[in-house]
Amino acid sequence: MNDDLLTIAGKTYQSRLLVGSGKYKDLTETREATEASGANIITVAIRRTNIGQNPDEENLLDAVPPEKYTILPNTAGCYTAEDAVRTCRMARELLDGHNLVKLEVLGDQKTLYPDTVATLEAAETLVKDGFDIMVYTTDDPIIAKQLEEIGCAAVMPLAAPIGSGLGIRNPYNILTIIENANVPILVDAGVGTASDAAIAMELGCDGILMNTAIAGANNPVLMASAMKKAVEAGREAFLAGRMPRKRFASASSPIDGTFF
Amino acid sequence: MKIHLNGKEQQISPGTTLKQLINNEGMASKRLAAEVNREIISKTEHANFTLNDGDTIEIVHAIGGG
Repeated sequence: MNDDLLTIAGKTYQSRLLVGSGKYKDLTETREATEASGANIITVAIRRTNIGQNPDEENLLDAVPPEKYTILPNTAGCYTAEDAVRTCRMARELLDGHNLVKLEVLGDQKTLYPDTVATLEAAETLVKDGFDIMVYTTDDPIIAKQLEEIGCAAVMPLAAPIGSGLGIRNPYNILTIIENANVPILVDAGVGTASDAAIAMELGCDGILMNTAIAGANNPVLMASAMKKAVEAGREAFLAGRMPRKRFASASSPIDGTFF
Repeated sequence: MKIHLNGKEQQISPGTTLKQLINNEGMASKRLAAEVNREIISKTEHANFTLNDGDTIEIVHAIGGG
């Protein structure tokens, strides 16, 4: 399976599991869980520095160094296209010209559902500005296709609301999005446990991005390891091609040669 | 003179550069990005960029997020 790589914006990655770096109890847990997940791409948020903070305090990028991981800055918390574009530009400056971003423009605080109209608008601006965009969106196949046509590097439909852990709520829409696509499709948001990750990968997703399913587990480091295996198992099962479903039984042992 | 740094009003001496401000705040060793009046000022320009009275400065860094 070593030659089955994920390609995003011309760069290849060994792992199909992408992880967020939020909600951990401290940076040690962040470091250990990230390590255990085997992920190559790690999302981060861009926020104001705390003025007057202890200058020696450890920084997230010390725990998740850009020399080791591909850092994927997000636009979480942005409710307008303008704020999302501004955040991406700050992220690019922060990361010395690194162009890969996760775009999300949210619609409301209760659902954290994407505002797809504003997302399309932000994506158009960012593509013109030279960004490689991995875009968070609804599981709407029409919007997913439009985001691809605008020039997004990867399209990332939600499986369920962010942080809900409800699993793959609409596998048929995810499947339709995958079948229509010429760019990688990753499930972003909604996965709750390892079986959810395996189901998403068995549908043929190119990868999964998750945060709360790992950080919100009782033992985040162990769950990170479980997710790594689930993503790999789901991917292999997808490539292997599952057996057809049958309504009735089909014996696995031959009838010939019975002696009773 | 008066500036707004990350949403808070602050007094600094006239002629202060962006780099000096960052040093004074103890953020010199961090990976960060800065905007003055909504315009990104590249890291290579921080030492030459003199702040003016009334400037609005945003300094950001990466934190945990999904």
